[in-house]
Amino acid sequence: MKQQDIQLDSQGRLRHFLTIEGLKKQILIDILDTAENFSTVGTRNVKKVPLLRGKTIANLFFEASTRTRTTFELAAKRLSADVINMNISTSSTTKGESLLDMLRNLEAMHCDMFVVRHHSSGAAHFFAKHVAPHISIINGGDGSHAHPTQGMLDMFTIRRHKPDFTALRVAVVGDILHSRVARSQIHALNTLGVPEVRAIGPRTLIPAEAESLGVHVYHDMKEGLRDVDVVIMLRLQRERMQGALLPSENEYYRTYGLSQKKLALAKPDAIVMHPGPINRGVEIESSVADGPQSVILEQVTNGIAVRMAIMSMVLGRPNEEQEAD
Amino acid sequence: MGIHISKGHLIDPANHLDKKTDLFIEDGKVAAIGKAPADFKAEQVIDASGQYVIPGLIDLQARVREPGQEYKATIASETHAAAAGGITTLCLPPDTHPIIDTPAVIELIHRRNETAACAEIVTLGALTKGLAGEELSEMYELKQAGCVGVSNARAPIANTLVMRRAMEYAANFGLTIFLKPEDHSSSQNGCAHEGVISTRLGLPSIPEAAETMAVARLLMLVEQTGVRAHFCQLSTAKSVQMIHRAQYDGLPVTADVTAHHLYLTEMDIGYFDSNCHVFPPLRSQRDRDGLRAGLVNNTLNAICSDHQPHELDAKLAPFCESEPGMSTIETLLPLALRIVDETELGLSEVIAHLTHNPANILGLETGQLGVGRRADVCIFDPDQNWTVNNDTLNSRGKNSPFIGWEMKGRVSHTLLAGRVVFQR
Repeated sequence: MKQQDIQLDSQGRLRHFLTIEGLKKQILIDILDTAENFSTVGTRNVKKVPLLRGKTIANLFFEASTRTRTTFELAAKRLSADVINMNISTSSTTKGESLLDMLRNLEAMHCDMFVVRHHSSGAAHFFAKHVAPHISIINGGDGSHAHPTQGMLDMFTIRRHKPDFTALRVAVVGDILHSRVARSQIHALNTLGVPEVRAIGPRTLIPAEAESLGVHVYHDMKEGLRDVDVVIMLRLQRERMQGALLPSENEYYRTYGLSQKKLALAKPDAIVMHPGPINRGVEIESSVADGPQSVILEQVTNGIAVRMAIMSMVLGRPNEEQEAD
Repeated sequence: MGIHISKGHLIDPANHLDKKTDLFIEDGKVAAIGKAPADFKAEQVIDASGQYVIPGLIDLQARVREPGQEYKATIASETHAAAAGGITTLCLPPDTHPIIDTPAVIELIHRRNETAACAEIVTLGALTKGLAGEELSEMYELKQAGCVGVSNARAPIANTLVMRRAMEYAANFGLTIFLKPEDHSSSQNGCAHEGVISTRLGLPSIPEAAETMAVARLLMLVEQTGVRAHFCQLSTAKSVQMIHRAQYDGLPVTADVTAHHLYLTEMDIGYFDSNCHVFPPLRSQRDRDGLRAGLVNNTLNAICSDHQPHELDAKLAPFCESEPGMSTIETLLPLALRIVDETELGLSEVIAHLTHNPANILGLETGQLGVGRRADVCIFDPDQNWTVNNDTLNSRGKNSPFIGWEMKGRVSHTLLAGRVVFQR
């Protein structure tokens, strides 16, 4: 049964931003173009635009995060919105207050948008399904499902260096199984028309039906990196590791870590990306992370403009009822 | 009191009856079929023209949430829902609170059902004390108290020697052992089938092998111990093949499938529909087809509901954090009937999967309408359409994945021991 996409309003515009899967290419392009306009705001003397003045955005982080929360906060503030940050430890939800009770309480504070990060896949959809109709949800990462703002900022970074998506070969390397970032990147790359997306990792970290996501799976990193234009390294999420997935960090580094030598197999002008935080010497060699092909810090900078774009597109929609009149 | 069910189409697979005829009930038992006994006096005549008259359904697994979770549902609410679904006997697994591992709990359940009594409740006793998988329960005592079999429900028995001893001991008293095959170290904290959907949604997954490895291990032990074993709620095509092979080899094994696994697949999870969070998980289309094939070749001997009513809050959470289980007691019959249209199975065979076969598995005398048998009867209109929604479901649990589905076939009367316990 095909369900109606709850991310879109009746006009087909973004009303929530939960996942990249299912979004039309034009929406993704719009996000990238809008972000391009915002990218200079941070370099001005007055780093603010008044687009979301009077709006209140709540960052609800059920899972620890520094960078993502900070960039969301900065993005909101540069749009002149009021921001509240709530770090909700999981213990307070297990004390008896259900997620829904918490949601109702926050609604009562008259917020316009919730940025939600949660450890459980589907949490953002759950909030979107149950939230009051005037509130928008931005998925700041849910379990292993999606991290769509990260996915978009990665697309933004790629486009700045390689403007034509249809001429690219992209490799995503590492713990695909647990990675919400990888899932969002793969959907975005496919939607934007990248002809070849590769997923590289050991069999224990590649999900069962990975090909169904639209990737070519490689277990040999050297083979997988050959002639790619973009190398996206994933963080080895040790906190999500369960069971016997890998024998040691050392062996992982030797087999799937990105060293100078392995990077040489990619195209000479290939760029290296990583969503951070980096485990140096585990998934990437320091000299690669800090080297000329690395765009890792650019990703962080771009994260602000891309999140500004998404927030302004979602919250800046003309009122639907007014249009209907 | 005599009841005359007139002009109905009687189907009783156990007695190879499949024709339009009248049914006469007296003193709670079937008095005659076709022609009224000489001194029969009908206090009530039920006009069943255009309807089927079949033995009351026997559901191999349903949870009524009592004792222990009365905030979800009660014996009264769920036996009423059962009667509305044409079910006259429910089999309870032992994972109630307290666990069914002493005769006292069985007595408690039966006593509480006396006042409600819209359906008969039979119980499975715990295979191990407290379902802890370590020490054998007092199976003889449990059998004396009325248990129709023993089971460890979904609780693991990791120690193979304990499992073997438990089988031997159950066989010693002629008890059937009800097995829910699961390798817990494989399923871990999974909540969806390991496949396309778990990959797409990033859900912790339960591989096919979590079931098939357990089936293989248990079959080896059944072969060694000779215990009569029933495999509950199989979900994979491969398990069906393994059971088929074991039956061919002459092992005393039977198996069942839930009605929802015959229709739903992992795809129905859509974007995290928590009503599709169930154990065993909804599997692939291939598995669904394999289960249907198993039903057709009689490897799977019964269709059950695996009814698990929940309060609203239990499903109001992100997918994996919602409680597993579906409210399915009232959709068992219409879903089973639909199988007739979608496979080579005939109506009489499908009804056998709901009545005579589960009765045999549980060792019950019911599930058929032979003269002298207890008059547990279901009368249904095969052409009546109805839509599943909060209002049409009698169960306290509204957590049905079939909300919004149009069902064909609706129960008009249910009789338990010759007493009308439900009438629409």
